[in-house]
Amino acid sequence: MSESENIVLNVSGVNKTFGGLQALSDINLKIKEGETHAIIGPNGAGKSTMLNVCVGRLVPDSGSVMFGDVPLTGKTPYEINQVGVARVFQTPEIFPELTLLQNVIVPALAKRDGNFKFNAFKPLSAEKELIEEAEHVLEDLGLEDQRHDISASMSRGDKRRLELAMCLIQHPKLLLLDEPTAGMARHDTNRTIEILKRIKSRGMTKVIIEHDMHVVFSLADHISVLAQGAIIADGKPDDVRGNPKVQEAYLGGAHL
Amino acid sequence: MSIQSARKDLILMVVFIAAVLTMPIWLAPVGASYPDLLQKFAIFGIFAIGFNILFGLTGYLSFGHAAFLGVGSYAAVWSFKLLTMNVIPAIIFGTVLAGIFAVLIGFVSLRRSGIYFSILTLAFAQMSYNMAYSVLTPVTNGETGLQLEQSDPRIFDAAATGSGLPSTELFGMKMSGYPGFYFCAVLLILAFFVSLRIFRSPFGMKLAAIKSNQVRMSYTGFNTRPYLLVAFVISGMYAGLAGSLLAATDPLAGAERMQWTASGEVVLMTILGGLGTLIGPLLGAGLIKYFENIFSAYNEQVLHEIFSFLPQFMENFMVFIVNPFVGEGWHLTLGALFMIIVIFLPGGIMEGFAKIAAWFKKRGNKSDDDDAAAPAKAQTSEG
Repeated sequence: MSESENIVLNVSGVNKTFGGLQALSDINLKIKEGETHAIIGPNGAGKSTMLNVCVGRLVPDSGSVMFGDVPLTGKTPYEINQVGVARVFQTPEIFPELTLLQNVIVPALAKRDGNFKFNAFKPLSAEKELIEEAEHVLEDLGLEDQRHDISASMSRGDKRRLELAMCLIQHPKLLLLDEPTAGMARHDTNRTIEILKRIKSRGMTKVIIEHDMHVVFSLADHISVLAQGAIIADGKPDDVRGNPKVQEAYLGGAHL
Repeated sequence: MSIQSARKDLILMVVFIAAVLTMPIWLAPVGASYPDLLQKFAIFGIFAIGFNILFGLTGYLSFGHAAFLGVGSYAAVWSFKLLTMNVIPAIIFGTVLAGIFAVLIGFVSLRRSGIYFSILTLAFAQMSYNMAYSVLTPVTNGETGLQLEQSDPRIFDAAATGSGLPSTELFGMKMSGYPGFYFCAVLLILAFFVSLRIFRSPFGMKLAAIKSNQVRMSYTGFNTRPYLLVAFVISGMYAGLAGSLLAATDPLAGAERMQWTASGEVVLMTILGGLGTLIGPLLGAGLIKYFENIFSAYNEQVLHEIFSFLPQFMENFMVFIVNPFVGEGWHLTLGALFMIIVIFLPGGIMEGFAKIAAWFKKRGNKSDDDDAAAPAKAQTSEG
């Protein structure tokens, strides 16, 4: 098996400037199938910009993002989702007026119906399989007891888990997580790590942006370090941990 | 919108059909059981139900739905003039033509959301209104309004031409009075049924999700624009149907039907009744048309009679106070009513019902009275 075969996401030569600020300069990244790839870096290093380029929210000035052999640059967010990329946001983007179950059913409909389908006559309650699957995913993430509650009333940690459930029901080939544990209590963070480990055992490829080193080192197979819009280190967790450049840029010389 | 059992919806539908068909009976005590008013209840009910599919489900506030009402009316009257006095082709033409207009207006307006969308729809409706008044006079008969004439061709019932203007009919049944009401009522039931199906369907669920969070919707893999356009066209067709029914029960069409006040009225109906609920907009439509009918009938003389039991100076004083709120000034009453509802019951009349039901439920639970709790439960689930 050649190496290029199992590259899921290939970012090559991506540049992005905002006004005079070089947010990303010549970013090259290869994400391998099944791996958990963490992107770390100090605030303002360009991590979120990088993720936004991958999901179509931003168009890079130059360079390309390939998902397998599908180019993602220039595609709209919904087209990128339809090829199998799902995203968890830094602040949970859920449907606050809907119940948890409905929140999870909507992405399941997107997966099944594609980006548009006019199915206005068969009641939703007749979609037994879909509801069962949604309940199963909620159960998987420990949200089954609240499934008929309106999601706006949940805690922030639960909202994040719900958003994760909304992504997981689509069985994406690539899952992008933007600080999945930010603002969570320690036990919630550990619970999320457990969930992400479980997903990993199912072979889903993930890219995680994270500040919490505990999370990064418990999950990542591969770490890329961004500083001032450029990748300054890239490698296995142990290599990155010992890299003096990383310690200088990111940790101000402190030991990991 | 919600995942409800089919059985509950069946019950809701049966109760709804019974309530609509018996309207002439149960509205008699409040003096609202004469055909003209009942027809209005049904027609504006259809208008509001359709409007609610757009505004209630997707959250997109159109301020130009009266344009579709007007298009429906003109199309229907032309059908009476050119083809036949039968109402079936008229309402089909009215609905389809309004649908075509909705595709055009929706396609442009839906490029923007929020206030910009509202303004665009308002602009289109005012444009239609002004065109109907002026340049389109050959089609709309301008200021006078489009009316039937003795010399109209009416190619399908030329043989039956008698003296005087013919009246609209459904296979020989005249579409005025009670038959007219029952015709509208049947269409109202149909319109409600379609709306119920949409609310309960995956499609309706997706529209609700668009209202809730459009960002998540696009990252979830949906192209939201065609969904919005379909919702817009459906609600435009409901308005077209309502417009053609207005013409079917009274065959004339004027440009004022497209004016922005008419667009505003359906917004008031929907919010007053309960935005996004199934029955609310219908209640709102009925309430507004009922009060309009009562209040606009009063004038100074009637008020003097009502307050005649008071001493002379008190009588004059009361008439002075009340007079601006009735007759021509009934919109002042409507405005006040609307403000009260929006401030105290943002969810409209349906929220009021839900609150009453919750209160009964609470009281029922306190005294361990199951009988009191059961009907309260049934009522909350209706919305």
